[in-house]
Amino acid sequence: MSDLEYKVIIGLEIHVQLCTRTKMFCSCGLEFAAEPNSRVCPVCLGMPGVLPVMNKKAFEYSVLAALALNCKIAKFTKWDRKSYYYPDLPKNYQISQYDLPFSQNGFIEIPLESGQTKKIRITRAHLEEDAGKSVHSAGDFSQVDLNRAGTPLLEIVTEPDMNSAAEVRTLAVELQRIVRYLGVSEADMQKGHMRFEPNINLVITKNGSEYKTPIAEVKNLNSFRAVERSIEYEIRRQLDDFMETGRVMEMGNKSTRGWDDANQVTVLQREKEEAHDYRYFPDPDLLPVEVDDDWLNEIKSGLCELPLQKQMRYVSEYKLSDYDSGVLTAERSTAEFFEQTVALGGEPKRVCNLITQTGLKLANEQGGSLTDLGLTAEKVSELAKMVDAGDVNASAANTIMEQMTKTDKDPQTIAEEMNLIQKSDAGELESIVEQILADNHQAVEDVKNQGKKAKKAQGFLLGQVMQKTKGQANPKIVSEILSKKLS
Amino acid sequence: MEELTARQLRDKIKAGEITSVQATKQVLEAIEKHDKTLGAYISVFEEQALKHASEIDKKTASSQPIGQLAGVPVAIKDNMCTTFGATTCASKILENFHSPYNATVVEKLLAADAVIIGKTNLDEFAMGSSTENSGLKRTVNPWDTSRVPGGSSGGSAAAVAGRLCFAALGSDTGGSIRQPAGFCGVVGLKPTYGRVSRFGLVAFGSSLDQIGPITLTVEDSALMLNVIAGHDPNDSTSVDEKNAPACDYLENLEKPIENLKVGVVPHFTAGADEQVRQAISQAIELYKKLGAEIVEIDMPHFDYAIAAYYMVATAEASSNLSRYDGVHYGHRTENPNDYIEVYSKSREEGFGKEVKRRIMLGAYALSSGYYDAYYLKALKVRNLIRGDFIKAFEKCDCIITPVAPTTAFKVGEKIDDPLQMYLADIYTISANLAGIPAISLPCGFDDNSLPIGMQILAPAFEEEKLLRLSRMFELQTDYHKKKPPIIS
Repeated sequence: MSDLEYKVIIGLEIHVQLCTRTKMFCSCGLEFAAEPNSRVCPVCLGMPGVLPVMNKKAFEYSVLAALALNCKIAKFTKWDRKSYYYPDLPKNYQISQYDLPFSQNGFIEIPLESGQTKKIRITRAHLEEDAGKSVHSAGDFSQVDLNRAGTPLLEIVTEPDMNSAAEVRTLAVELQRIVRYLGVSEADMQKGHMRFEPNINLVITKNGSEYKTPIAEVKNLNSFRAVERSIEYEIRRQLDDFMETGRVMEMGNKSTRGWDDANQVTVLQREKEEAHDYRYFPDPDLLPVEVDDDWLNEIKSGLCELPLQKQMRYVSEYKLSDYDSGVLTAERSTAEFFEQTVALGGEPKRVCNLITQTGLKLANEQGGSLTDLGLTAEKVSELAKMVDAGDVNASAANTIMEQMTKTDKDPQTIAEEMNLIQKSDAGELESIVEQILADNHQAVEDVKNQGKKAKKAQGFLLGQVMQKTKGQANPKIVSEILSKKLS
Repeated sequence: MEELTARQLRDKIKAGEITSVQATKQVLEAIEKHDKTLGAYISVFEEQALKHASEIDKKTASSQPIGQLAGVPVAIKDNMCTTFGATTCASKILENFHSPYNATVVEKLLAADAVIIGKTNLDEFAMGSSTENSGLKRTVNPWDTSRVPGGSSGGSAAAVAGRLCFAALGSDTGGSIRQPAGFCGVVGLKPTYGRVSRFGLVAFGSSLDQIGPITLTVEDSALMLNVIAGHDPNDSTSVDEKNAPACDYLENLEKPIENLKVGVVPHFTAGADEQVRQAISQAIELYKKLGAEIVEIDMPHFDYAIAAYYMVATAEASSNLSRYDGVHYGHRTENPNDYIEVYSKSREEGFGKEVKRRIMLGAYALSSGYYDAYYLKALKVRNLIRGDFIKAFEKCDCIITPVAPTTAFKVGEKIDDPLQMYLADIYTISANLAGIPAISLPCGFDDNSLPIGMQILAPAFEEEKLLRLSRMFELQTDYHKKKPPIIS
């Protein structure tokens, strides 16, 4: 296609739906897939004479998220009306924040392939209300569902600090983890809880000169895959366009595009950036919000160690692999369970294996979380200790773990009942080993000759012992005995 | 019975001397007789009012606890939402709009056992000073039916003056309670911004709008304020009870204010008609006789008030009225070609001329490139005016001005000259810009026997003082006792 040198520049606008019980400015409930127009009241319908009342929880959730994104929280913030006419916007203005957002100047750290991290700067984060949904079904009419109207949305705007589709995806995943950790959003992509709008362009180097392609904004992406694919597509499209037309960025030639998932292409929506005049002005129905230190500290107490920090700490402190650490920290409850279990004396890698190989597998099958399985940190740490002590082997441990989700019995009892305790009694094992050695002269010879076949023969003998003991012998101890006898 | 004030009627109903049904019937008969001429009401709830009155009578008969307005028939301006009848704002765009909820003031009236007799005419969306901008009907002044009742609460003022109710609610964005009260010779109170909940008041200029009573006497004004004042969790801009609690405004009403200092602004009065000026001077003299000290004060930014007001009010209005688009409720054009036409044609057909003018003005003031020069500058002027009042009230307890430069003008006289019409609010709008309370009291009559109104302004949240010093004047005069010829 092209062997030009180019750099990809991407900034993001992200909308995160907060998981408050009620809407931003009225007491209607938030419920996904409810009967159309069944979660509405005069306020979110924009009836004559209604007034908005700020949902304090939504504001606190937003501040918490902004704090986690290292943003500066404004002591004074206000609400503005953003005017535009659209049928799913009942008042024909949206209550948003314009020149004094509640937070600015933060950053989010994302992990890179190299194992290092990269800081993506956050320009601002502000709070606003969502619009309803226009439904264009068959016929020469459209319908409007206002259940979503008035839903609290956190809008996060980043600086153009990302340089690949993969980085954007990583940021998206990281942000999802963060807001879930904080408990401020369910961040369920399928339910539209997170929507991404990347602004993409390229800086192309040709014959020693730099050319910037016109910026394209892709609207309303609500899956990680769509985010990644649409950006990859845009990069190719912008390269082709530059090769064909040589068009570069100018005032007003930013375009707006949509993602056509069926055809995996972006589609032009607006060629030129329309000079939108939203006629912003301060909403006279709402008081400005003043965030004093007491309140800010109260909100701050809801902060926790962020997933990426946790993940990196697991690698350094517990010597877990980056992959394992990522799996353990994907959900806050999983990470907390893991940490409790380790604190009770479970060896980290052992505990990690139990959680990732059995716990999370079962949770997945049941469509729930690890913490829904009825396991306790006490029992899992006990089981981990049993593995370490050689009382049970790894595969037996997984069987016991599974059993623990079904009964209240402790792992020792389960192991005994299921006959999974390893034989570690050296005396007993020695006599079994002797019998096996007596029955397998050729293998014994092979080991003693220390030839090519020695290693294989020793493995064979170990296997025989394990078979004889129906897998209950402690392989470590058996190996020791074998080595001693054959040396 | 038509001689009674709301307070007197309430006491008689409570004492069992008159029933609420009798009072309601009498009001309904008066409406039947005079409202064809006056045109004060957009809707009258005959059946509902009588039913409600008889329920209240049952309560009184069985000695059940009864509210402060015990069966008194009252009217409300038709820009306050009610679940009964339509809420039209005198606009074709809402002509058939039925609200699914009651405004907070309506709930409070009902809780106080008032009988809501009907909803009164206004300038469309409360935009105007003569009620001639009503998209639905014409209201005239009971003192001279060739003249306007003032506006925008012209229907409420005419209804009270014409004894077509015992008290009414109006709304005041730039003088819409006080100016029609002045033109109709009744008492109009605009409380402090935030004193009365705006929830359910169809918004015009949200930072200026305030609901208040229009009554025959200061005493009735205090009674009505008792009922409607107070914090409302549905209105974030209604004042917190901790900061400025509402009180029983009747309790100390008869107590004169000691060492009263009355502020006057000479260059205010200079622009008013000779007869208006005389009446105001006499009123000031009366206060002097009552022991008040008269203090001359300066309001250096007064001349910019109208300009600032028409930026702020129209800017907010352009946004507040954008919801009337034919999509969700209200008038929708027939056979639109696309959704843009649903908007443009519905609004073209539904709004009247003055409303359109103000939407245009406001949208312009908020447009990018003009915002700083118009809207932002207007906010700065507003702050200066607020500062003028704060300074002034360091020297005096209240300020006396005319309500309007003239008495009621002729129907049609100013309707084609919006600027002249806007000047009718010249004395009243400052109180809205500053958010302070102000009252309009009858203080004389001109050669045409038209009432002259006096305005008294007071510091924020000092309604109690304002009402008491108004009552001092009322007790010494009988302008409020004179009835318009149409009902004499």
